[in-house]
Amino acid sequence: MTGGGEARPAAEDRRIGPAILEMRNITLRFGGVTAIHDISFDVREGEIRAIIGPNGAGKSSMLNVISGFYRPQEGEVWFRGERRRRLRPYEVARQGIARTFQNIALFQGMSVLDNIMTGRLNLMGASILAQALWWGRAEREEVAHRGKVERIIDFLEIQHVRKTPVGRLPYGLKKRVELARALAAEPRILLLDEPMAGMNVEEKEDMCRFILDANDEFGTTIVLIEHDMGVVMDLSDRVVVMDYGRKIADGPPETVRTDRAVIDAYLGVAHG
Amino acid sequence: MPDQILFALEVTLNGLMAGVLYSLVALGFVLIFKASGIFNFAQGVMALFAALTLVGFQTGQVPFAHLVNVLFGTHVEHFGWTMPTLAAIAATMAVMVVMALLVERLVLKGLINQAPIILFMATIGLAYFLEGFGDIMWGADIKRLEVGLPQGLSETIDAATFAWFGYGFFIDRLDIVAALVAAALVVSLTLFSQYTRHGRALRAVADDHQAALSVGISLRAIWVLVWSIAGFVALVAGVMWGTKLGVQFSLSLIALKALPVLMLGGFTSIPGAIIGGLIVGVGEKLFEFAVGPLVGGATENWFAYMLALVFLLFRPQGLFGERIIERV
Ligand SMILES: Nc1ncnc2c1ncn2[C@@H]1O[C@H](COP(=O)(O)OP(=O)(O)OP(=O)(O)O)[C@@H](O)[C@H]1O
Ligand SMILES: [Mg+2]
Repeated sequence: MTGGGEARPAAEDRRIGPAILEMRNITLRFGGVTAIHDISFDVREGEIRAIIGPNGAGKSSMLNVISGFYRPQEGEVWFRGERRRRLRPYEVARQGIARTFQNIALFQGMSVLDNIMTGRLNLMGASILAQALWWGRAEREEVAHRGKVERIIDFLEIQHVRKTPVGRLPYGLKKRVELARALAAEPRILLLDEPMAGMNVEEKEDMCRFILDANDEFGTTIVLIEHDMGVVMDLSDRVVVMDYGRKIADGPPETVRTDRAVIDAYLGVAHG
Repeated sequence: MPDQILFALEVTLNGLMAGVLYSLVALGFVLIFKASGIFNFAQGVMALFAALTLVGFQTGQVPFAHLVNVLFGTHVEHFGWTMPTLAAIAATMAVMVVMALLVERLVLKGLINQAPIILFMATIGLAYFLEGFGDIMWGADIKRLEVGLPQGLSETIDAATFAWFGYGFFIDRLDIVAALVAAALVVSLTLFSQYTRHGRALRAVADDHQAALSVGISLRAIWVLVWSIAGFVALVAGVMWGTKLGVQFSLSLIALKALPVLMLGGFTSIPGAIIGGLIVGVGEKLFEFAVGPLVGGATENWFAYMLALVFLLFRPQGLFGERIIERV
């Protein structure tokens, strides 16, 4: 177990609302490979929802469907009570769904601060012309956004690298900057693809704490892919388990952990 | 001071000024290449097209006059009015923005995720199309471009250098203006890209497409934006070169001079484009001055390419280009 330690308050004690996101009968194929096979699940407002499963189960694909990077052949995505039309990734982002990537996608040439500022691009209003004509107003807007970004930088404890080009940071810090950029967008839903992969124990504990705090303090709904079972048990309210593109279990962590199909899937991988 | 040194100094200054004009063209290339990884072969033709359009608007030329006359047996050439320079520049810029929109719509959109070489080929097609289109729209004759920029010997510099060295430097006032304009352009582009929302989005797209999408940036909107900016840079280059040489087909060939500039400066660096242009400008003038007489002159035609070639051997990424690191 690498998690934060004391148990989370039960779901009822926090403000967990109705479903904000519903995936209905999603099927996604790549040529002959069916990465996702007829999967449905929902995400409630304010909860931390984990997706787990062995390698190649289709977890990242699911996240990519939610964020619009992949387009499923079948199925519907319902967001905030409405059926979502086919959206491009940037349109999904503009609706308030931010994400991080399994392989980190940061702007390597930009500073940490600039990277995080890009997270706020959608919250900035002024048009090109307005920015040129009312330089003063554009500047005030910039300053206000800078203030917010600085708070996120403090929150994630990366003050010491604020001006460093991201390309020079060690892996663990990069992951943190990516989280910061996603948080900067003040998203309704935050999608995290293996935020702790490749980290040492200490870094993992920090990351766990940040995720829990983001959820507690900003009330951000979080969908999280994670391999470390300990982390998943500590963090999540409910868990979807995938295996070979199918959903094999769905429920609170303690039920899922003892589920026969889940144990088999994981043992199967261990032996395979 | 010995005459030879003064003379070389004058040549150097003139080289710097000529280099600024190369830089202007190279700048357009760099902008598009950085943001979309496309080497835009049409950049030179865009400068020609912008200059043609500007003259056309200024002098009240009827667009497609020849075509209209042939089709309808009419004899229209001019509307009979002239447009103030500033209005004509604004109208030309509007045309360049429309062009950017069309390029994105009709060319880039269909080629998303294609190999760079295919996009490059597409811009070659675009170059030929735009060249022909410019001809049909405004006619193929050589036009004078007059936007009120000063031209001819700068007497101030002539007098000042004469007073100091006893030898008056010949510097064209247009070249001085070009240098100032180029400097202003670089400063404003830098401010734009560093401190505005769209500038930041542009840098983001230049850096990582996937990450840019994930923070809600529309790649297509950014491409329209960069092509518009490149259109603006082409307009500036077209005005400078057009004023100097007249607006004619050979303007589009200045793009070929931009190539060695880019090899020197690197394809992804705005300061690189400027410095590269200056090096090529000074280099070819000095070389012609020093070596030209020995080999029968006309070294300016090939010097830049030779310099670029030598450079490629030692620093293939250019002076300011990103290091090319081979992953093994
Ligand atoms: N862009 C793609 N093109 C083709 N096949 C893909 C693509 N993305 C995913 N796949 C395939 O879909 C299946 C599921 O992959 P996915 O990345 O979603 O798994 P995952 O559960 O995230 O695995 P991991 O734990 O290794 O990250 C795999 O067979 C993979 O090869
Ligand atoms: Mg994955």
